[in-house]
Amino acid sequence: MGAIFNAQQIVNGLQVGSIYALIALGYTMVYGIVRLINFAHGDFYMLGAYAAYGVFFAFNALFVGKTGLMAFVVLIASMAAGGLIALLTNRLAYKPLRYKPKLSSLITAIGVSMFLEYFLSALPVVGPSYRSFPDILPRVNINLGNAVISNYVIIDIVIAAVLMVGLTLLIKKTTLGMAMRAVSQDKDAARLMGIDIEKVIAFTFLIGGSFAGAAGLLAGMTYPRIVPYMGIQPGLKAFIAAVLGGIGNIPGAVLGAYIMGLAETFASAYNSLIGEGIAFAILIVVLLVRPRGLLGEKFADKI
Amino acid sequence: MPALLSIKGMTHFFGGLKAVSNFSYDIPEGIIYGLIGPNGSGKTTIFNLITGIYSPTEGKVFFKDKDITGAKPYKIVQSGIARTFQNLRIFSSLTALDNIKIAKHFGSKSSLATSVLRLPSFMNEEIAIKKESLELLDLMHLSHRAKENAKNLPYGELRRLEIARALATKPQLLLLDEPAAGMNPKEVEELMGLITHIRNEFKVTVFLIEHHMQVVMGICEYIKVIDFGETIAEGIPEAVAKEPRVLEAYLGKRGA
Repeated sequence: MGAIFNAQQIVNGLQVGSIYALIALGYTMVYGIVRLINFAHGDFYMLGAYAAYGVFFAFNALFVGKTGLMAFVVLIASMAAGGLIALLTNRLAYKPLRYKPKLSSLITAIGVSMFLEYFLSALPVVGPSYRSFPDILPRVNINLGNAVISNYVIIDIVIAAVLMVGLTLLIKKTTLGMAMRAVSQDKDAARLMGIDIEKVIAFTFLIGGSFAGAAGLLAGMTYPRIVPYMGIQPGLKAFIAAVLGGIGNIPGAVLGAYIMGLAETFASAYNSLIGEGIAFAILIVVLLVRPRGLLGEKFADKI
Repeated sequence: MPALLSIKGMTHFFGGLKAVSNFSYDIPEGIIYGLIGPNGSGKTTIFNLITGIYSPTEGKVFFKDKDITGAKPYKIVQSGIARTFQNLRIFSSLTALDNIKIAKHFGSKSSLATSVLRLPSFMNEEIAIKKESLELLDLMHLSHRAKENAKNLPYGELRRLEIARALATKPQLLLLDEPAAGMNPKEVEELMGLITHIRNEFKVTVFLIEHHMQVVMGICEYIKVIDFGETIAEGIPEAVAKEPRVLEAYLGKRGA
């Protein structure tokens, strides 16, 4: 067992969990506010990675010797790309269907997801094949005795933590955050308190998309290759993480993501095929045993 | 007296069902106006039509002589109409104070951008909003609940909190949808005093829908009785109470 549950695996699990958490937050926030499982969310993550890749090659020559600044610009680019595409998807695909049956939006989400994947594959500048992602920052391995940690692991965990703290402050302390909580609870009442709910929904997509974009950059750096279909698996797993934590519940999504990251890493250490499948085993168990998730509230039917 | 709210020939269908039929009335400024009618007679639908939740199939709504028919609900609130709900619609996971603050922020137009950036003007506004919100809670005898999550409040207090939240948007017209629903006689008594007090203190016009005859007859200065979306009687309380059609359609059954 020592080969599975050791410090090295825990660190790896936290790293995977950080990336899942950034994606899962977008799923859960959007669900909380519009009750839509946005299946295109994993593709916002993919677009974040491609935007980072493109910006890095376009501007790298200007930032010789300033790798830190370059990395920051790349992070902003990935977040902007994820956020803007989320905003656009909401405006063009989901908003016209807002008061139509839920199934229409769900099917549209799957359509948007496929569109983004195949459209990018068809674009000559992107193409359907793998591209290797550049080392934006130099890789350094830190030896801690019984574990070797790459600086990328620390970057992933720290950036995710910083973004999540920022999100918590936004939701708890700002008026916008208060409006987001109000809209997620009762849209009609929120409208009748003067809240422009479409603006709040748009902000939610923007934030969720930008987090997915950042996750795309981190994943691109960590497993240095990207492809237009890279969002499918992490998207599904982050969705499962959100369900595990209780969909619509923000701390739940983070908790679910870290549990998923750790479970997957431990299982992979035992057998990589089990690692791939464990997420779905977790999903089945959650749906059978506790469908509302770990921190989810009991669903109450509204009259 | 000029009409604050004026509804002209409003008709609304849900599919093939006629919920409101050719409904017209003027509500003068400063009055406490009561709308009564049996269950399913289209009362709440009328509130939903005024506040923009639905768009009327036919007819117009004028507020302060401006056509607001089909305007977005949040715009209507910002123009000065606030409401409460028949089945409480409090934000239950926000504190009582936050429920009021949110209505103050958005009901009285502070832009989302300034609230995220927290500009200095916004910080001043924030302090003012907090102070005014606490005053409103105090007025409704809810100060001791300010920091408590709304879901922990008892029913009677939630009703008062909802009225406070509506007032926080600084309305000129306050729509109350069955404010006395589910209250005991003592609470009803208090509520009646409170509504009259609110009208005098905030100079708002009150438009209330009520089942509770004691409330309507006790505080309304003008009453309209509807049945199946059509007006069957209107006038001052004493006159309406004597109308045969009213007794038949509504009062008679309740024996009030």
